[in-house]
Amino acid sequence: MISDELRKGAVMEFAKDNRRLDGRGLNDYRKITVEKNVIGTAEGSARVKIGDTQVLVGVKIDPVEPYEDRPNEGTLTVDAEFLALAHETFEPGRPSEDSIELARIVDRGIRSSEAIDLKALVVEEGKAWGVFVDVYVLDHDGNMIDAAALAAVTALQGMKVPKLVDGKVVRENASPLLLKEVPTYCTYAKVNDKILVDPTYTEEVAADARITMSVGDDMLFAIQKAGSGAFTRAEVMDMLDKTFETRKTLLTYITK
Amino acid sequence: MVSGSSVMPLFVNGKRLDGRKADEMRAVSISAGVLNKADGSAFLELGKNKVLAAVYGPREVFPKHQTDPYKAVVRCIYRMAPFSTDEHGRTRPNRRSIEISKVIRETFENVIVREIYPKTAIEIYIEILEANGSTRVAGITAASVALANAGIPMTDLPIGVSVGKIDNQIAIDMMKEEDNYGQADMPMAIKPTTGEILLLQMDGKMTRAEFEKAVDMAFKAAAGVHEKQIAALKSYYENVEAEVSEDGSAGN
Repeated sequence: MISDELRKGAVMEFAKDNRRLDGRGLNDYRKITVEKNVIGTAEGSARVKIGDTQVLVGVKIDPVEPYEDRPNEGTLTVDAEFLALAHETFEPGRPSEDSIELARIVDRGIRSSEAIDLKALVVEEGKAWGVFVDVYVLDHDGNMIDAAALAAVTALQGMKVPKLVDGKVVRENASPLLLKEVPTYCTYAKVNDKILVDPTYTEEVAADARITMSVGDDMLFAIQKAGSGAFTRAEVMDMLDKTFETRKTLLTYITK
Repeated sequence: MVSGSSVMPLFVNGKRLDGRKADEMRAVSISAGVLNKADGSAFLELGKNKVLAAVYGPREVFPKHQTDPYKAVVRCIYRMAPFSTDEHGRTRPNRRSIEISKVIRETFENVIVREIYPKTAIEIYIEILEANGSTRVAGITAASVALANAGIPMTDLPIGVSVGKIDNQIAIDMMKEEDNYGQADMPMAIKPTTGEILLLQMDGKMTRAEFEKAVDMAFKAAAGVHEKQIAALKSYYENVEAEVSEDGSAGN
């Protein structure tokens, strides 16, 4: 923690010259690895590493009662936990505002894009499938959001929807559900008036603002700005353009 | 957020459900200094929304271990009263109100000159008494006035405004039905003197062009709201001045 504060000065100095401590360009992501179907008990799962950040997402599908105002739809719930083992500053206990925010950001891109056809998840009157996405952050070196979102979308793609047979849930021989839309997410940090994509933990400490954008091929699905810093309109439009650009690369990880 | 075709038409003959045009905001009225005990306060109405914002501070930090030796700690709690929505709600913080409290706090952390009052807390309370869409941005507009009313030093007065997409059109200031049945919802907070964005959230579906148009519309509407904030503060101090000169003593 103290060493991150000390490195903050270096991060800011480097940013002035459009450089980063790890030698990346301002628009470069760290190395991304995506593994699918890593948890046997889950209906969908993925483990994503972006640099040293590691996030595991498990998707479970269980019977639920549809919401009163959406009687013909299944449900989607996204939760995130910053495991205490993931970072020295994480403590066990009730969710922090950051983990709540992360879960809601991931949720927003999936929900707004209508990636999951919730209407297809109705079983019968008063019964539907609830899709539960749980984000487990295992190792935090910045940009947990993009890692979590990438893992969530990858886990959801082809998730095995069970069948209800005589009131019992049967998970064997389930058919994979393909997403109608595959949202991709990009997160940027503003350090010393420079915009850096995919910030490391130290870069996040040095940043005064952060933005995450979730897009489709030519649609914007969600935006979340965080931090006490400000963004100009030009910066926002520029980040949006970069997000559409980066989408092509990110898609290759999800649809592998 | 419902996509594609609306459950109900939100635009009929160029007019919205409450008769507004796409670029028309609901009526805004703001009063400053409405509470006696709080250091600063404001009551704001935006259409049917009723928002009460209050500020305490700078004051001691509790729990003490959260004290920052170099600057004031800014806290913000946004809540919706149980009777503020159609169905009875709970005041217990829920995930939505925790997220909203966070983004509002971050908006004010930008403008409050925290270094002037180190080792203190500045606490912002935003209570939605009646909700009708765009409550968080109404809360920001009100809290700016409350902070100024409390004499908290700030570099600017943030303005909250929402934009959205309804029936494939970009429109300003989402009311409840538009928020629920529209195609996109985008709350924003703007810093008037620099034209920078302090809060930006969006969910729904917008093309790049629609998004740019929405941001434009928000900035255009912000000026009018800002005038109301200033007017509310001026009016409060004009009343204080009038009271003082009436009886020659420092009135209450």
